[in-house]
Amino acid sequence: MSIDRTIKLILPLAFAAGLVTQASAQTIKIGVNQPLTGPFAASGTYVVNGAKIAADEINAKGGVLGKKIELVIEDNKSNPTEAAAVAEKLITGDKVPVMMGAWGSSLTLAVMPKLMEYKVPMVVETSSSGKITTSGNPYIFRISPPSAIEAEAFKPMLPKLGIKKADFLVINNDWGRGASADFGKVLKDSGVSVGLVEIMDQSAQDMTAQLSKIKASDADTLIVTTAVEQLTLVLKQAHALGLKKQIITTGASQNPDQLIEQAGVAANNSMHLTTFLPWLPEDTPNPDATKYFISEWKKRGFNFAGTTESFRGYDGIRTIVAGIEKAGKAEPAAITEALWHVEVKGLNGTVKFAKVGPAGKESAQSTPNVYLVKIVDGKVTHPKL
Amino acid sequence: MDQFLQHIVNMFILGGTYALLGIGLTLIFGIMRVVNFAHGELYTFGAYFVYLASALLGMNFFVSLVIAIVFGCALGAAIEFILLRPIRSADIDTTMLVMIGAMIVMQNTEQYVWGGVAKSVNTPFGESALVLGPISVSWLRIFVFVAALALIAGSYLLINRTKLGKAMRATFQDRDTASLMGVNIQFIYMATFALGSSLAAAAGALLGPVYVISPQMGNLASLKAFAIVILGGLGSIGGATIGGFILAFAEEIGAGYISSGYRDAMGFLIIILVLMFKPTGLFARAERIG
Repeated sequence: MSIDRTIKLILPLAFAAGLVTQASAQTIKIGVNQPLTGPFAASGTYVVNGAKIAADEINAKGGVLGKKIELVIEDNKSNPTEAAAVAEKLITGDKVPVMMGAWGSSLTLAVMPKLMEYKVPMVVETSSSGKITTSGNPYIFRISPPSAIEAEAFKPMLPKLGIKKADFLVINNDWGRGASADFGKVLKDSGVSVGLVEIMDQSAQDMTAQLSKIKASDADTLIVTTAVEQLTLVLKQAHALGLKKQIITTGASQNPDQLIEQAGVAANNSMHLTTFLPWLPEDTPNPDATKYFISEWKKRGFNFAGTTESFRGYDGIRTIVAGIEKAGKAEPAAITEALWHVEVKGLNGTVKFAKVGPAGKESAQSTPNVYLVKIVDGKVTHPKL
Repeated sequence: MDQFLQHIVNMFILGGTYALLGIGLTLIFGIMRVVNFAHGELYTFGAYFVYLASALLGMNFFVSLVIAIVFGCALGAAIEFILLRPIRSADIDTTMLVMIGAMIVMQNTEQYVWGGVAKSVNTPFGESALVLGPISVSWLRIFVFVAALALIAGSYLLINRTKLGKAMRATFQDRDTASLMGVNIQFIYMATFALGSSLAAAAGALLGPVYVISPQMGNLASLKAFAIVILGGLGSIGGATIGGFILAFAEEIGAGYISSGYRDAMGFLIIILVLMFKPTGLFARAERIG
């Protein structure tokens, strides 16, 4: 190849590259670290789709600080090692000043040392392990409730549910064990006794042994913490065993629509602590925003059942953008500082951060609303308690 | 006592399930000496096929089961023909790597085609259960138990009482001699792998509706199947059946009376104990050494 031809080839490429760099300088990048493949793929994809709705809405109104926002979406493959690698790539490669992630507690916990290393803030949209905000990481801004907040919100509902003694069946990880500890404490404080605490492996499909033991106990209520697939199996197997206790699930990852579809009659009369009410927009803190979000979700042809996950992506991005706006510049340190002062009308109440964890290096936690919904005859209802 | 009876019933139902998982693998792993890492994916394939036929195409549930088994058999034959036949004389490590590759490709294809959201299949049994005093068990699981026993008995008769079974056993005992006696070796290899695969697909087709169907469902099935086969002894259908029931017993009683946190550990503890005293498994066939 002659030099002449080489130059002819390279010049337009170089020019194009220049254009690309210029274009990206006019956007503000936000890193999104979610599981798009692997066991949590469905949930992670919902969160990303919710985030895209927020980004499009913000960009349609002119963006932030005069620039459009650009979501840099990376797949952490439902794997903690990948989640940490993805965070590193977003920070050092894409130079994002702020991130949202990483769905599961174990994924988020794996990312956290990277935040310390590079001093970049992350809005945590889904994870609920208590450890995330108590381990002294000042770059964590969590909008999802940890089980302690969920358990506190559950406290006033206890007398009306008539619970005297409760058994637990929880997934064997930080989330499940944390939930049984936090809810157990709240129950005991309210004079409710705690019976069995049964554990199920994350990948287990057959819980009849645990449920048979629970069936034989004298408790009136069973509190279950796990993700929707395993919960479907728990409900079906409990139904087949003729378990007569009232079943209440925690963790806000239960997806009642999917339960109704897949567990059928076995889902009836089960109750679920959730953090969003897409079925009853009027009962949410910001009905107009909820209606807008749901109509946009439907317009894009997504499955309605996904809204209980995707609203977190929507709220997360809007929280981040409010932080960028308050900071006045898209730099990690300024955004970290500004996020402490944002007040965002989220789909699930106002996002406003309070300090938790060891003094001097507190993490941020907002207090979202928690609702108890009940499945009655294949429909989601919101009993007034 | 009521709780104990329920645990015993659960154990039989779960044991039938485990035995079904084990027999398909014991044929391929035990007789052909192919470490079939794709076993769990053939199981998943069967489950998705039932979902496709009954939930999406609206076919009768029982017809869907048969179709899933037939297609599982065809997929097994195809895997043997395309992947295993060219490397028949290769050592066990090579076939193991090929099967790991097949597993990864199949699992990712399932993820790509069906997405990550778990699917469920409605059956004519619904969610109704048979209640006998303090014991309750769903009709679907009773059906699965009976079907599993029928498949196990059928496989046993096929291997031990038919001419094809005799040819299979002869081939894997001594390939050259069998060939000299007029056994069509190529056909026997394909038939054995296809039979093992169709049993895996049958297990998936029967258990998919009991649980939920997801691309990852094969991982746990594979793990349990290997445990059962090693416990029962390679290549023994009776051993895999009894191995399945022993594993179910350990898990059920372990979770019910010791600690549910260690439910899976109980099963593997028993396997370690068995292997310490009987390294070839409980019911291993006598092997010719050298």
